[in-house]
Amino acid sequence: MDALMQFVFSGLTVGAVYALVALGFTIIYNASDVVNFAQGEFVMLGGMITVFAFDAGLPLPLAALLAIVATAAIGVALNKFAIEPARGAPVVSLIIITIGASILIRGATQVLFDKQLHRLPAFSGDDPIHLLGATLLPQSLWVIGGAIAIFIALWLFFTRTLLGKAVLATANNRLAAQLVGINTGFVMTLSFALSAAIGALAGVLVTPITLVSYDVGVGLALKGFAAAMLGGMGNPKGALVGGLLLGLFEALTAGYISSQYKEAVAFVVILAVLFVMPQGLFGQKTTERV
Amino acid sequence: MTLKNNWVQLAILAVIIVILPTFFPSGYYYRVGALVFVNALSVVGLVILIGYAGQISLGHAGFAGIGAYACALAPVHLGIPPVLAILLGAAISAVLALLIGRPILRLKGYYLGVATLGFGILVSMVLSNERGLTGGPDGMSVPSLGLRPLLRDMGLRLSGGEFWYIFNAAALLIGIWIAINLYQSATGRAMRALHGSETAAQTVGIDVARFKLQAFIISAVYASVGGSLLALQNGFITPDVAGFMHSVEMVTMAVLGGVGSVLGATFGAAVLTLLPQILTVFHEYEHLVLGLVMILVMIFLPLGLLPSLAARIRWRGV
Repeated sequence: MDALMQFVFSGLTVGAVYALVALGFTIIYNASDVVNFAQGEFVMLGGMITVFAFDAGLPLPLAALLAIVATAAIGVALNKFAIEPARGAPVVSLIIITIGASILIRGATQVLFDKQLHRLPAFSGDDPIHLLGATLLPQSLWVIGGAIAIFIALWLFFTRTLLGKAVLATANNRLAAQLVGINTGFVMTLSFALSAAIGALAGVLVTPITLVSYDVGVGLALKGFAAAMLGGMGNPKGALVGGLLLGLFEALTAGYISSQYKEAVAFVVILAVLFVMPQGLFGQKTTERV
Repeated sequence: MTLKNNWVQLAILAVIIVILPTFFPSGYYYRVGALVFVNALSVVGLVILIGYAGQISLGHAGFAGIGAYACALAPVHLGIPPVLAILLGAAISAVLALLIGRPILRLKGYYLGVATLGFGILVSMVLSNERGLTGGPDGMSVPSLGLRPLLRDMGLRLSGGEFWYIFNAAALLIGIWIAINLYQSATGRAMRALHGSETAAQTVGIDVARFKLQAFIISAVYASVGGSLLALQNGFITPDVAGFMHSVEMVTMAVLGGVGSVLGATFGAAVLTLLPQILTVFHEYEHLVLGLVMILVMIFLPLGLLPSLAARIRWRGV
């Protein structure tokens, strides 16, 4: 029982990160119908930039803020210089463009910073909290709490503000949104900035636990994608539930079956979801019009 | 694309392959050439899948991994000669493609991409984790093909580089020849029809699922044979051959050159294989340049390097 609780805690912690990556996917997918394979690089950038700004002497909150703003700017640049010029291109081209962007960002990080593993100090110390017979790092609470806060903030943004509703309208039907006077170009820019900022924040929160290096992005992107698929592509609630579930599956697999094949869980989940219920847990069934 | 055009392309390629070595300053270039051909062979398979049938795969390195490890493991554990191990790997890949192809190929676009990606990663994970059999991430050595000593006994002395240059070039030309024949056959026409519009193809009585599956299996066999030759040529193999990056490289080569033509595929393979060789001086910047090339080509030359350039020249010239 104690062991189970321990696995649940660690599962929820990584699951919260997957949920944030999945949320980033969802926002960009809704705004532009593009699956952004560079999503994981935003998380990596958030961690790396914070580490280097912090080592350069900036206080941690300021370093984190700098990292989030810088990553958001990179997200906007990605949209402006790589996605928008290729609007209407076939899916294969868009996949190659975003994978190219992820390789480019990784290559640039490796040149600008380095190839080492880096850590950040935990925000509220390293004394474990004893809970339900298991231990929990304070940083885990930061990660889970951060994820919940972001989901609530976004929910308020999408349901309570005019701008949020404009984003939803664009996601629903770009042309109709344009016709009622919504600046869809701005909505795209905003979506990429938001998605990159959320990724970066996830990177800042999780770096004290998992460390960061230039190449952590690919794995995170794929896990986040699996989470988004599980929850139902394009659905923020699905991203949250999918992320947490995937984290739990992984932790339980590592605990009870094989830690070697822990990484395989995400891909087994992807295949299983696609075969059995392609619309995911919360996704809507779409019918194709001819 | 006309029949004549395709055969002309094959002839041009054959001539280039024969003439090129006269410009080689050292034996190292034979090795690089052999590497280009073996990559091009896998890419020709993807041209059939992406260019003919209009399906995508981000997991074909998984089949390359199966082909490669078949050549590494079968001669040791089953005692069969490496040449037959190539066929064994191809057979295993074909059966696996048949089994996973049915459910996977119902998916479209991103979903198909991600499902194939998941398959590829699972294969590379098994290869890395089963240390007892595969040596894990450190890789394992591959027995030699054994053809070169045979040729030497017959009086033909070739260096390793020369041998693989000729062997892989022959394999590539055969692969392209089959692909061109397929393009013109009823099967190839059916594949191209479903690429244009699945609904329209269905209306005229084409079994869409069957031809998608055929394209998938054929391309899996190409990737598997490519992986086998790569393993035999290097004499050593690591699970990276089945990794996500290798899948991405393969698709990028195909799309970079232009999925519409077999010569384009070879050209794409050549560019992406040579790029790291040229950039070794700037090793640090290799990924940066690769990513940039991928983005720029897709935006400015969406048909791929060769067709886009050809179209531009024709447009100016006429």
